[in-house]
Amino acid sequence: MGQTNKLEIRVSPSPHVSKALSTRSVMIDVLIGLAPALAAAVYYFRVHAVTLVAVCVASCAAAEWVCNRIRRRANTLGDFSAVVTGVILAFSLPPALPWWAAMVGGCVAIGIGKMVFGGLGSNVFNPAMVGRTFMAASLGTLMTTWTVPATVDPVMPKVAPQRLDARTQATPLAWSKTAIKNELGATTYNRQIFGSTVTGEVGGCLGETSAVALALGGLYLLIRRTINWRIPAGVLGAAFVFAAAAFVLDGDVVSEPSRQWLASETYVQPLFHLTSGAMLLCAFFIATDPVTMPLTGRGMWIFAVGVGILTMLIRVVGEYPEGVMYAILLMNGATPLIDRFCKVIPVGGKPGGKG
Amino acid sequence: MADMKQPACVSCGGAGLCGGKALATLKDGSWTTNPLAVQMLGICSALAVTNRLENSLVMGAALIFVCVGSNLIVSLLRKAIPTRIRMIVEVAVIATFVIVFDQFLKAFYWDMSKQLGPYVGLIITNCIVMGRAEAFALQNPPLLSMIDGLANGIGYAVILAIIGFFRELLGAGEVMGFRLLSDGWYTPNQLMILAPGAFFALGIVIAIFNHFKGPDPEEKKQ
Repeated sequence: MGQTNKLEIRVSPSPHVSKALSTRSVMIDVLIGLAPALAAAVYYFRVHAVTLVAVCVASCAAAEWVCNRIRRRANTLGDFSAVVTGVILAFSLPPALPWWAAMVGGCVAIGIGKMVFGGLGSNVFNPAMVGRTFMAASLGTLMTTWTVPATVDPVMPKVAPQRLDARTQATPLAWSKTAIKNELGATTYNRQIFGSTVTGEVGGCLGETSAVALALGGLYLLIRRTINWRIPAGVLGAAFVFAAAAFVLDGDVVSEPSRQWLASETYVQPLFHLTSGAMLLCAFFIATDPVTMPLTGRGMWIFAVGVGILTMLIRVVGEYPEGVMYAILLMNGATPLIDRFCKVIPVGGKPGGKG
Repeated sequence: MADMKQPACVSCGGAGLCGGKALATLKDGSWTTNPLAVQMLGICSALAVTNRLENSLVMGAALIFVCVGSNLIVSLLRKAIPTRIRMIVEVAVIATFVIVFDQFLKAFYWDMSKQLGPYVGLIITNCIVMGRAEAFALQNPPLLSMIDGLANGIGYAVILAIIGFFRELLGAGEVMGFRLLSDGWYTPNQLMILAPGAFFALGIVIAIFNHFKGPDPEEKKQ
């Protein structure tokens, strides 16, 4: 059609595909990106990781197959999107979660999070986060029981200054929150914990603990251009700026000048916020879900910055230690609005002549 | 089943008091145009009181009572009510029945009355009752109007009972306060007791209901 026309017209919204790119290939790329984090999860949480990932993937796939059968639609298992949802859901669950709970989460994620809306491409909210939210609201205790990684000496966990229960422990974010609330000061904690959040040798959700592994996978996706760079840049940038502002502007800084760069008593240092919790998982793998994020570049920035700021607001001001889940869902809900707000004016002005 | 236009009236043998429309009215109100699942009316109370089966049953009974009573009275008065103030008359009639039921609960079932809280009183503003009075009782004879009220009340009550049953079962492991799922192997799903669980349950019940009911004849034509 366009061979004779040499005029270069760029229209960015709507995915106009110019290379052999299928849902399947994108999803396989994402799975490759998730592989380092999976390896880290298996290393730190051993059999828990294997069980959870297997159960989540299986239940997501089963739910998709059943829903398609009920609606007499073609089988869509081949695009691997259910597998990606399953892996991300498993990564966002506490390691010691019983298998049946993970199974419920997987069924809800695909059944209510995706297929109810009409399948891949029609869902408003990120399916994995829908499943996780459902679990968090349903089984509050199980969803906040954190296991110590298998590599940590059970008698003396690295992450906390005092001896803790050998089996479970607070996550870095939860711990810092309690420390701040009890005016213990976040400073001492900062140094002990930061290294562990980078390697992943801490309590937390299955696949979120290792910052290095997640960053590695994210980098792969960025290089492959499977994910749009604006999303991680926006999420991490906004979160960092927010955390740094809180940290720097805090009134109760320790008076000793040599320690001041790492010394806020009420806020943990900004880098810690990026490496802990689900921030990296969110920035590279959850917020980048092409279905539930805005289409235009400007919209992506708004979306990503919104996710970053909401996450930090919930972490710093809110009652929950971690806010990624709600931040993603809230911004997913705002996405249609953002898309309308960031409509690209077509070449030749707006229809109706007013442009 | 859906093709039967005028089923023979068994209760009073053909064209009796209700003009032979009793069964059709009964089926319409409780199934074809079910107030909750098809007309999407009365959602608020369906979400609010269904956390236990007992509450759901009482609420369903309350609605049946109010709907039948108000339909009867409005239908009896239908020729006397001036068109311009018919809404006020309808509300007055409905409110009377609601207050009677509310007082009855307070007098004999105080605990239940406390549990249902404001929702019994709110039946006054329930769209189902008002809608039936406005859409049916004003144009139809008393007996048929009562049947319509009964049908809609049953349609509402049955769906409420289904939602209440599953919410209590999954949320607390109990049915009517009797423990069915023991603590050992079932962890109660707190979400089902909370409001979001009601949305999920209602949505799923409506989906299943409409699956069995099939599309509306009007939609089929298109």
